[in-house]
Amino acid sequence: MKGTHLGEFQELVLLSIGVLYPEAYGVGIKEEIYAKTGRKVTLSTVHAALNRLEKKGLIKSELGEATKIRGGKRKRYLTITSYGIKMLSESRAQREQFWNAIPEIVFDVN
Amino acid sequence: MIEKQTSKPPKWASKLLEWYCRPELLEDLQGDLHEYFDRNLASKGPGRAKLNFVLDVFKFIRPYTIRKLEILNNLTTIVMFKNYFKTSLRSIARNKLFSAINIIGLAISMSVCLLAISFIAELDSYDRFQKDSDRIYRVKNTYQFLQEDPSGFASTSILAGKLIQEQVPGIEASVIMRRGFSGDARLGEKVVPVSAIQASDDFFKVFSFELLRGNPETALSEPHSIILTDETAEKMFQGQDPMGQTFQIGTDETPYQVTGIVKKPPHHSHLQFQSLVSLITYEEQRKETPDETYWISWSNMWSNYVYLKLEEGNSQEDIEARLMPINDKQNEQSDRVKINISLQPLLSIVGGEDLSNQIGMSMGSEATWIIVALTFIVILSAGFNYTNLSIARSLRRAKEVGIRKVVGATRGQVFTQFIIEATIISLIALVFAYLLFFIIKPEFLNLEPEIQQMLLLENSPKILVFFLLFAASVGFLAGFFPAAFLSKLRAVSVLKDASSTKLFSKVNMRKVLIVTQFTLSLIFIISASIEFKQYKYSLAFDLGFNTENVLNVRLQGNDMDQMANAFSTIPEVSQISKSAMITSVGSRYGENIKYEDPTDSTTLYYNIIDENYLPLMENRFLAGTNFESRPLQEEEESIIVNEQVLKRFNIGTPLEAIDKYVQIGRGDGVRKLRIIGVVEDFQYATIQDGIESFGFRYQPDRLEILNLKITSTDLMATMDKLEAAWDELDQVHSFEASFYDERIQRAYAEHSIIFTIVGFLAFLTISIAALGLLGMGVYTAETRLKEISIRKVLGASEGSLVSLLARGFMWLLVISAAIAVPASYFLFDSVILATAVNKASIGFIELFAGVIIIFAIGFVTIGTQTWKAAKSNPAQTLRSE
Repeated sequence: MKGTHLGEFQELVLLSIGVLYPEAYGVGIKEEIYAKTGRKVTLSTVHAALNRLEKKGLIKSELGEATKIRGGKRKRYLTITSYGIKMLSESRAQREQFWNAIPEIVFDVN
Repeated sequence: MIEKQTSKPPKWASKLLEWYCRPELLEDLQGDLHEYFDRNLASKGPGRAKLNFVLDVFKFIRPYTIRKLEILNNLTTIVMFKNYFKTSLRSIARNKLFSAINIIGLAISMSVCLLAISFIAELDSYDRFQKDSDRIYRVKNTYQFLQEDPSGFASTSILAGKLIQEQVPGIEASVIMRRGFSGDARLGEKVVPVSAIQASDDFFKVFSFELLRGNPETALSEPHSIILTDETAEKMFQGQDPMGQTFQIGTDETPYQVTGIVKKPPHHSHLQFQSLVSLITYEEQRKETPDETYWISWSNMWSNYVYLKLEEGNSQEDIEARLMPINDKQNEQSDRVKINISLQPLLSIVGGEDLSNQIGMSMGSEATWIIVALTFIVILSAGFNYTNLSIARSLRRAKEVGIRKVVGATRGQVFTQFIIEATIISLIALVFAYLLFFIIKPEFLNLEPEIQQMLLLENSPKILVFFLLFAASVGFLAGFFPAAFLSKLRAVSVLKDASSTKLFSKVNMRKVLIVTQFTLSLIFIISASIEFKQYKYSLAFDLGFNTENVLNVRLQGNDMDQMANAFSTIPEVSQISKSAMITSVGSRYGENIKYEDPTDSTTLYYNIIDENYLPLMENRFLAGTNFESRPLQEEEESIIVNEQVLKRFNIGTPLEAIDKYVQIGRGDGVRKLRIIGVVEDFQYATIQDGIESFGFRYQPDRLEILNLKITSTDLMATMDKLEAAWDELDQVHSFEASFYDERIQRAYAEHSIIFTIVGFLAFLTISIAALGLLGMGVYTAETRLKEISIRKVLGASEGSLVSLLARGFMWLLVISAAIAVPASYFLFDSVILATAVNKASIGFIELFAGVIIIFAIGFVTIGTQTWKAAKSNPAQTLRSE
């Protein structure tokens, strides 16, 4: 299982990439996570996660066109690979299984 | 918008990121950081934005972002070395003229540097043979009279030594020494002159001179003990066992006993001695006159030396802090003179601070620094040549660099290649320099007897390593600029159109280098000619008396009348007089003088003479008479003074001064002397100093020198006769005589030494600069050959072409002269000769002879090259296009 396991933060990043398609990149992802969850993460954390994801083959990247905003540097656009989609849906299915297995009474108690 | 323009991410943080980040990740990271920075700038202001940027840069330092160590690259570098080496050799071989110019220039200047390196290394090696040499210190004195500048002395007082022994903790051993012990040792029939250092009993605890026989603990603890060096012992006893022998020295009735034999001090010891006498001998003798306590006073600091070996863990500062209370307490007792003791490390005695009253030889740091500075200038000049010629040639190498870069060479690799080429040139030059070094070494050592005594300049492996390191660093420094410049070239622009690159943007720098080179050469040559004139001037200076054919003979303790009689039988000796010292060669005697006002005193410089001295030297009398011959025992009662004494005390005209009285001396030793004669002012000191109050005194018991006036056509034969006469009377001491004129020449030897050194360096720098100019001339003529040919076809005359090409260079020379002439004039007029009273004026010839020589050399080197180019047949050069 090692290496295929998707961490919680990595999953968030992966989902953001999906949301932002086709223009997902470092700063954008960071902002997206903040907008959706209110979590303040640093750029380096996001990049570290992207690096892991790319190594696992869940995402791929390509360089875009240079713009003036970023000091003339090109963006690295990220897209989810089909293996990434599979991992995401597997993870979602696992969670669904767990949700479905929770007895109704649990919700009633609270 | 304005804020956006002024606020940019901190550059250094960006650089840091670039440095550590992997290239494939770099662009994205930089972009993200930049974008984030801009957002922060809008929302949080420039301060926070910058802080965040910096923090983020540091947060990005993670294993996956850091570049891999470039082992692979380093490996190729090593492999590439072979290639660099090969191409460098080829390039050197291909450009024979340039390589030769560089190698010759570097070799010449390096030989001087090698000399300086071995000189400094040798000074540094002094006294290192002593065990724990880094813990041995000498007590030095700083003497300050009222508010005058304090002066440093290597000597100290016996009291200082005693107080340190009693009161200062942290000292393992200390020794008090005294110089100036000498006398004739009488061994039965034989008489041997002996000189010694008097030392207290812990001498061998501080120093590690090898005691061959005797007990190091007790050998110096009894009065009248003497330790001989093996050499002295052999001279005195020739094969007999010297231990325990006794003999009398000088006038001392008590015999001295030999208590030890010590090995002769090694050459590299600043402390040299023939024998050691126990210091307690001196102390006992002093104690015999209990009223006289000056010998152990704080201010008797002229002939005594104290050396300490500190306990481990104590620093110089620790001990000096403990000396402060002693200083304060002793100085309380004197209101005019302050004497402070402090420490000087043993290892910096020879090459360090310039102190007076040295016990042994010392070079002093000033001389060392001058030598280092001069050699640096010479090597700088040769380095400039390399830099200059390499840049000039870079047009040709540019294509090579372009191709290398296209094939994949990095900037660092191209840089390395050119540095290696420079280093190879410099190492080849080292080989030649090493040979030259052996030629100039004896010349340098023969400059002055003192240098010869101190230095051996032998080669040790350590020195050879220094030489190699030196050559490598010269290569690196000389090659650095061209290498940096060439490695910066961009492959595309060089290969597309080489001439369009900014190769010639360095023209100005080249000009500056050439001007610097020639300015330095000019300063050297002008200095040499000024020094030479000073030397000639000093020798020809009218001292006010006649030194011609006067031979001065040191009596060395012999009976003067007996010796004078012996010499007077020789027909070539026309006159004989006696004096205490030789004036006008640097040293002088001084004593306090007062006239009628008891509070007004000054220093009277004086010489002690007999009645024959003034007629022999032909001093001119203004009034009064010479001394009359009087017997030894009679009290001194008359004096002959110079005009300055009359002026100083307002005594009036020379005639009025006769029979007036002056008081000479201080304290109990004051004598009232009658002025019986006034002589015209004459130069009694060296001519740099002015003339002050001077007097001749008559004290027959203090005479030490015979002055013989020689009238001879065969000097050699006369000298032999004199020596024979001397040997008949004195078999112990050898005949020591010198002509007055020779002594004066020696007194001004400083000028001639400076002239020799600076003249030699001038010759070197000029040769080097001329070589460089030659290279530039060849290069210019070569590169502009087509231009010249076209001009010629269009009708330019050969003369106009030469002037076209040479004009630029001649301008550079004119600028150099415009800097160098005033600079050297100022240097001599306001610095070096500023304090000299009598000096030769710095004339047009001294200032401009050098300039003309340099111009001539420059014109010939440049002219021949351009002439060759101008003469060439245009059809030949243009045909190939």
